[in-house]
Amino acid sequence: MAELVAVIASTHHPFFYRASTSTGEDRPPFADEWVRKVEAFRETLTKARPDVLVMVGSDHFHQLWLDNMPQFLVGKAPFYDANWYNEEREFGLPRMLFEGQEDLSTYILREGIDAGFDLAFSNELRIDHSITCPIITLRPQNDLPIVPIYTNIFAPPLPRPSRFVQLGKTIRQLVESWPSDKRVAVIGTGHLSLELGGPRQFGPHGPDPEFDQKAVQWIASGDLDGCLSEVTLDSLHLPGNATHGFMDFMLMMGVAGEGKKADYVDTYDLFHTMEAYFTWYPNGGVA
Amino acid sequence: MSKYLLNKFLFTVDRDPELVERYREDPKGMVEAWESEYANRILNCHGAESSTWLRFEDAEREALAAHDYPRLFELGAHPFLTLTLFIAMFERDHEPLGFQLEYARRLGHFALPYPDIAT
Repeated sequence: MAELVAVIASTHHPFFYRASTSTGEDRPPFADEWVRKVEAFRETLTKARPDVLVMVGSDHFHQLWLDNMPQFLVGKAPFYDANWYNEEREFGLPRMLFEGQEDLSTYILREGIDAGFDLAFSNELRIDHSITCPIITLRPQNDLPIVPIYTNIFAPPLPRPSRFVQLGKTIRQLVESWPSDKRVAVIGTGHLSLELGGPRQFGPHGPDPEFDQKAVQWIASGDLDGCLSEVTLDSLHLPGNATHGFMDFMLMMGVAGEGKKADYVDTYDLFHTMEAYFTWYPNGGVA
Repeated sequence: MSKYLLNKFLFTVDRDPELVERYREDPKGMVEAWESEYANRILNCHGAESSTWLRFEDAEREALAAHDYPRLFELGAHPFLTLTLFIAMFERDHEPLGFQLEYARRLGHFALPYPDIAT
């Protein structure tokens, strides 16, 4: 069977690419420290020596639209083009091309549906910065095949937080039962407190530093019970109007497992939102 | 209320560089043209199979024609779509982050709970 060699949860900050590649007067004062932190985080994936990456993210109204909106969607294609005109325009993100791990997509779809998730699929998916940002930060050489999985954290009605956790647990079971000798890492990105298009946006910190501290603690300690007891679809409006992206972190806590402490934790308090980086090694260490 | 159609406007304009510029330069004319030419198109369907029933309410049409993003927020347009498109149109006229901060200030009178964005 395949081996799950790393579980990684991260924020996906679309400004990292521009900040890290800018020079001279254009380089923001926080860029050097940010790059240092990202490179240290990257090492946690490199050490796990993965062959395949399962990438969990959320389309930001790029390909998925309100006339036909899936809650959970798995890409099943040999290739994925990536990044969109409005992401090039606003964030300076480059166009990218990924290879797909199509047999794992097939397996996740078949077994996931049989496990109770009526997963949507796409045979031609252009992916966005929720998946390209962690490739840029964690695997910039972009040399590994992927399985993209999209969640709806954006267009209500949304699945509830517990459903994200259940899907995470199921993804783990499916990866570990995949008849393959590949080493698989599951990487998912979301947000801590975040406001977009509202009065609390682009402040000196994330809109709710208290929530961020609590969230980091839940994730770092694998405290799914504590997290699920406080986080609801309604409660997520309070820390910021885009904070439902935190449910992708909850999904990744489901992949990592109840009570599983992260092996690597780092954060970086930036304007607008707090960066947060977590890595678990399911087999207790890197082989 | 046709929040869906407001969002459809923001979505279809934001992804098209030509429409972004037309909306910046001539919002009233652009909104009228969009409503007659685009509003009923189902996005992945042939033009002959367009919908027949979609139209803005007056308040929505006026808010779009006035570039009135606080009013769009109040009407329940998706904040991410509004923000992204308005950054595309007006960030260029400000210092770095200046437009985003002005945007926040102009929405400063909204308190929780924010207007419902469910469509």
